[in-house]
Amino acid sequence: MAIKNNDNRKALTGGAAIAEALRQIGPDVMPVYPITPQTPIIETYAKFVADGEADTEMIEVESEHSAISAAVGASAAGARTVTATSSQGLALMHEILYIASGMRLPILMPVAARALASPINIHGDHSDVMGARDAGWIQLFAENPQEAYDKTIIGMRLAEAAKLPVMVIIDGFNTSHSVENLEMLDGKAVKKFVGEYKAEKSLLDVANPVTFGSFALQDTFFEFKIEQEKAMAEALDQYRKIAKEYAAISGREYSLFEKYATKDADKILVMAGSAAGTTKDAIDELRAKGKKVGLIEIELFRPFPRKELLKALSGAKEIIVMDRAQSIGSNPPFYTEIVSAMHDSKKTGCDIRSFIYGIGGRDLFKSQIIDLVNGKIKGKYLN
Amino acid sequence: MNPGIIGSFKDCSRICGQSFFLWFPALALCGIMIGMKYHKDILEVIFYARGGQGAKSAAEILAQSALKEGKFVQSFPSFGPERSGAPTKTYLRISNREIRTHEPVVDPDIAVVLDETLLESEPVTQGLDKNEAIIVNTEMTAQEVKNILRFDGKVYPTAANRISMDIVGQPRPNTVILGKLVQVTEMVKLESVLEEFRNIFEAKVGKEITDKNIAAIEKAYDLI
Repeated sequence: MAIKNNDNRKALTGGAAIAEALRQIGPDVMPVYPITPQTPIIETYAKFVADGEADTEMIEVESEHSAISAAVGASAAGARTVTATSSQGLALMHEILYIASGMRLPILMPVAARALASPINIHGDHSDVMGARDAGWIQLFAENPQEAYDKTIIGMRLAEAAKLPVMVIIDGFNTSHSVENLEMLDGKAVKKFVGEYKAEKSLLDVANPVTFGSFALQDTFFEFKIEQEKAMAEALDQYRKIAKEYAAISGREYSLFEKYATKDADKILVMAGSAAGTTKDAIDELRAKGKKVGLIEIELFRPFPRKELLKALSGAKEIIVMDRAQSIGSNPPFYTEIVSAMHDSKKTGCDIRSFIYGIGGRDLFKSQIIDLVNGKIKGKYLN
Repeated sequence: MNPGIIGSFKDCSRICGQSFFLWFPALALCGIMIGMKYHKDILEVIFYARGGQGAKSAAEILAQSALKEGKFVQSFPSFGPERSGAPTKTYLRISNREIRTHEPVVDPDIAVVLDETLLESEPVTQGLDKNEAIIVNTEMTAQEVKNILRFDGKVYPTAANRISMDIVGQPRPNTVILGKLVQVTEMVKLESVLEEFRNIFEAKVGKEITDKNIAAIEKAYDLI
């Protein structure tokens, strides 16, 4: 006899999970250009369109620069717009990323984070998204396919609420190509959650003509940029509110960051992405041996929840920050953020250590995290 | 693989397989039973194959079958350069509780080798102890395989290519060998695998080829 299971329980790759979420959202326009390891997202979505399961206008373009440019045009015209990319593709988009955020266009873009050449490497790390961290996009990290699915749906709402573009970031291959359990929502529930999108102002609204991205000189440009920063700061509470609404329909709660075993922790690890899952297992083992260790998993990286993070870290005697990206010539991004937040608070008497792991898809093992917590790793690289 | 874990896993799938949610207390017990042997309640498999042999599809069929039985699953390829003929590794985890780790499988309970030429070039017994097992697609005897591997655990030679040629008429060892893997581990029920195979392939390859493939999987499952 066939097992009666909840049909919404699936085993999907992170890429397919995002494609499913997009199908349920039903964007109007999706300009696409393939790049590993993001390709499964647009490939799966193209199949939905071909099979008549989605009626999105997919535009095949000749490069990522064109994909994001077409997304800018579509979004300015008032269409609910998504695209997806990775690595060199994101780098090629760089110029237009600022145009999308400067025009305050709510484009949603899942990114399967991957190393940047040279040498050529197609595997996961956070170099690409860290290179775009100052581009005015909201950046939301997901740990696994379940979070990838959930945050794609949350991200669409957040983009439209904040009038800012959103990157939903998964680890290339570790999450994009790993089949794992997830629970999808009912299609109708997702439609209701994201609602109909009606742009406040759009190019196609000929009765109320507007212009996007026009000239702004010394007398106004600065103010535009201050407004953008304000919008980004407001996105923090908007995210909290939207995540809460999402919890009400899904039972899955997301916050600015996830706290795992931090309550009485002397040592707290800080990181984002798929490594957090491995770390949770390591923490359980360390806890069983009496080590008071916890984890803060960064979810919202832009805007960076400095105040809230500081509070969560306030009890720690040692903070171990793990970056999957470098800032060659300075300290890596997460570490720099944490140290700067600590300085603002004048919190002292706490050791903050920086480690770099997983560059170019280098595996991270639970045993390495245990060694790290036990002070057995020399130097700053988990290589 | 330790006979204990096979036993526990068998018991586990019998007790909890179909009614994961109804039998939660029994499930917890299974966890403890597996946990006593290995301090974990998770079964981990590595598939060694060559690019294009379909190890990834095989692992995914098992993952989807286990999902339908209410289990937690994880399956991912070792992310080397993907080209036809290159050695590949695919990892599979099946568990009674949420799988959070994203590290590659380092301590498998069983390994599956889809191409016998990998026996000498790849470390296929890495992480396996004498109580654990390896399934090899080969015409060799268990002793012959053991001699090559210098491995004193259990060896299950399975002529998956021949079975596939005889029944399907094509060399498709990846799904055939699932029959043996399910027989040895009982990680999922055979019916679940067959049902999943039909779900995935019938629309693509037609009923006749699907039926033949299913017969081949059953044949491998019935091998002594």
